[in-house]
Amino acid sequence: MEPTDTGNPDHYHRVVDCQWACPAHTDVPEYIRLIAQGQFTAAYLVNRESNVFPGILGRVCDRPCEPACRRGRVEQEPVAICRLKRVAADHRDDVRPYLPKAPIQKNGKRVACIGAGPASLTVANDLMPLGYEVSIFEKWHTPGGLMRTNIPSFRLPEQVLAEEIGYIIDLGVDLRLGSPVTSMKQLLATGEFDAVFVGSGAPKGKDLNLPGRDDPAAAAHIHISIDWLESVAFGHTKNIGRRVLIIGVGNTAMDCCRTSLRLGADDVKVMARKPRGFFKASEWELEDAEAENVEIVVNRAPKSFVIEQGRLAGMRFDVMEYDLDASGRITAERTVGEQFLPCDDVILAIGQENAFPWIENDLGIEFGQWHVPKVNSTTFQSTRPDVFFGGDAAFGPKNIIWAVEHGHQAAISIHKYCQGQDVAQRLPRRLNLSSRKMGLHEWAYRNDYNPLERRLMPHIDLKERFKKINIEVELGFTAEQAAAEVQRCLNCDVQTVFDARLCIECDACIDICPVDCLTMTANGTEAEIRGRLKAPSLRVTQPLFVSAPLQHTARVMVKDEDVCVHCGLCAERCPTAAWDMQKSKIRIPYASDETTPCTPPALQPAAMRRSA
Amino acid sequence: MSFIAKPRIAHPGLPKNELGLTRRDYEGGMSTLCAGCGHDSITAAIIEACWQMSLRPEQLVKLSGIGCSSKTTAYFVSGGHGFNSVHGRMPSIATGAIAANKDLYYLGVSGDGDTLSIGLGQFAHAMRRNLNMLYIIENNGVYGLTKGQFSASADIGSKAKKGEENLQPPIDPVLAALTLGGTFVGRSFSGDKEQLVPLIIAGLKHRGFALIDVLSPCVTFNDHEGSTKSYGFVRDHYDEVVHADFVPPAREITAQYARGDTLPVTMHDGSRILLRKLDPSYDPTHRGQAFNYLRDKLAQNEFVTGLIYIDETSPEFHEVNGTTATPVNQLPFAQLNPGSKGLEKILSRYR
Repeated sequence: MEPTDTGNPDHYHRVVDCQWACPAHTDVPEYIRLIAQGQFTAAYLVNRESNVFPGILGRVCDRPCEPACRRGRVEQEPVAICRLKRVAADHRDDVRPYLPKAPIQKNGKRVACIGAGPASLTVANDLMPLGYEVSIFEKWHTPGGLMRTNIPSFRLPEQVLAEEIGYIIDLGVDLRLGSPVTSMKQLLATGEFDAVFVGSGAPKGKDLNLPGRDDPAAAAHIHISIDWLESVAFGHTKNIGRRVLIIGVGNTAMDCCRTSLRLGADDVKVMARKPRGFFKASEWELEDAEAENVEIVVNRAPKSFVIEQGRLAGMRFDVMEYDLDASGRITAERTVGEQFLPCDDVILAIGQENAFPWIENDLGIEFGQWHVPKVNSTTFQSTRPDVFFGGDAAFGPKNIIWAVEHGHQAAISIHKYCQGQDVAQRLPRRLNLSSRKMGLHEWAYRNDYNPLERRLMPHIDLKERFKKINIEVELGFTAEQAAAEVQRCLNCDVQTVFDARLCIECDACIDICPVDCLTMTANGTEAEIRGRLKAPSLRVTQPLFVSAPLQHTARVMVKDEDVCVHCGLCAERCPTAAWDMQKSKIRIPYASDETTPCTPPALQPAAMRRSA
Repeated sequence: MSFIAKPRIAHPGLPKNELGLTRRDYEGGMSTLCAGCGHDSITAAIIEACWQMSLRPEQLVKLSGIGCSSKTTAYFVSGGHGFNSVHGRMPSIATGAIAANKDLYYLGVSGDGDTLSIGLGQFAHAMRRNLNMLYIIENNGVYGLTKGQFSASADIGSKAKKGEENLQPPIDPVLAALTLGGTFVGRSFSGDKEQLVPLIIAGLKHRGFALIDVLSPCVTFNDHEGSTKSYGFVRDHYDEVVHADFVPPAREITAQYARGDTLPVTMHDGSRILLRKLDPSYDPTHRGQAFNYLRDKLAQNEFVTGLIYIDETSPEFHEVNGTTATPVNQLPFAQLNPGSKGLEKILSRYR
């Protein structure tokens, strides 16, 4: 193998699994260390730089970081990254003094954002401090988009939402509530805006056209999940029947079943077409729903709505059976019976789509298959140069953290477009390394491996939580839990950096490594080297570090990154400092990096500098 | 040295031996030697060897004297028995222990000072008696614990850290062992576990006295330009003559092993070592030839390594002395204690 190119910022970035997996590349180890030091405000600001909504995401993020977390490979359970984010948000002081401000002198460019969801808000957050005038058009009377309408308040309290959206709106955003954009043509024709960002989400819930669906007697009792949740969120719907069937088993279905329980239902079944391994919902959302006595019924394919005596009586299902192969894939399916389940209401939670009936065909905005807009996946520019898309509106339903990342990238593009620059010429990511060696046996990070198990989120009592719809179920970590959980983080951003020129091949690092991730061996192909590792290679998806040839024997030093616990013992035992522990800081470019900052660093508030 | 203990966490895919133990289960306490010390690599090789042999930890007796090397018995197989004797007197303790119990594996770890200066006499007699043990010399040519004076194994012309040259000829433990009747004589290098691990296994399995002189650079006092025991010098002047591959009793000798200049030697427990001769003219069962070969190579500044001499036929200590087959601690009291009449009889022999 060729020596690993550690000059490529992606090499060390990839080692920080959580940050690599996060669409917005949140600097997770850094904020966990700050929490460990009790610096909640700084931890919050580190979060906010990349993910903009730490309090919201600390509760309802889809957490792509957690399945990626190295701790999950070393032991069973990953670090409770999401919960720790909430700790930072819950315990922060007033962060307003540290937030960027919009300059009084504007730059003369105006941007329209359609929809006040996370993508548009991120665009505004990134562009306002640069002097842009941003207007957000929102069809409802309150901002937040899906975060407001589709996430129940017992998971995401109103006040958390209002506060974090407020930070952005208070930059001076022209927020036009109750103003749905009904014609893109008209909006563009006003000539008021230099660029338009479409962040209108995927607002159309899928319907299920089965026999009985069109019966007027049933219409009032068959609901489409996202519309129904919206109606609950705005207080229009205050109750539901006693027996409720939820069709579909994604995260929206979990919100529907739990909301139903709070509106008077006491017999709620989630109907799944396939077995458990195929559920779309996150494992923790399933657990939370099941803890509230929601029954998840598998292998039931909806067949018809049953109307009796002029009202919805229930639903008929095909009972399914599947053959699975060794890797868990379905090889065959068949119907083995039929079942009728009585119910009072049905909620259809089988997916959602984006819909743009308000974008005219003749504007130069092209659409592809299934009426999805043609959007560049790097620049988020549509086929019309002054129109950009982001969030669910761009590539269909994803989640909040993706919408935030789309917003960051679209903001860079809008900025470059408005300044007359090529949107494709973007700043690269950069990476800085700095040694953590403090003294003879001192390292500037906590490097002892702590065998603690993952802390469990305390929940409010089952009886208590159903009293009102907006009682938050998760209580947040206690001080003790937070203090313990932070110690589970392995500090993957404190990198093992190797210099082949200094190595005397004494074997000290190889002997001391607790997880046997180092090997000195003759060079070869990747497959050969993986076959010669000191401990077996468990995941080929995890990269190998391969050094330049060593001076005495021309062998190479190989590190299997997979389960390295970043304890630093290789560097501690290295007599020549060929190994060093160096903290990597990944610089993700934002719109503000494209221009000279307005405020010199010396004048920035202390908390900002600390977090940088 | 390090102040940070190795955490207990291990690689989830670590292989297990016949006893269901991983390599990590054969570790000991935290090493307090200098970072990069060759002795720590030897410790790792001993751990690997014991793991590969599926040794029950309580089957191993660790013996040592005084010095950096002698500290290392604390760093492996913490479940084994151990005795840290006075300087140079480890062979006496070993003799007593071996006489009392022949069922255990005896592993002595000593250094060039402990063996070739203060303990030279004891070393010589342990070999002469053909004690059934493996004696490892962690040989770095200096007294590390007293800040780097030349030891009795320092080569003529080798330079100390501050520049002065050693003028006295060295005692070569391998040459000494060949002349004193050692029945298993090897030399290796701390930085070459592929060679060292099978040698340690073979040495523990050998019936009689096995000596492995392991060149183990002192990273603090003897790893500089001009030293003949530095990592760089050893790697450049290191000449493997016979490679020993250990073959457990159950495994067949495959064609891959059996080709060319290989010589299988059967150990007393039925396991075999396959000697792969890297110099085809060399005969590791011929003591005189081995001696001459080594002398010639030494004159060329080459360290001959590998399994240099082996003799599985000479009687070991127990056979020569007709000792009891049952460990003394398992003999009934009546058999151990002659009683007053018996004592009379014995004493009368000396009157």
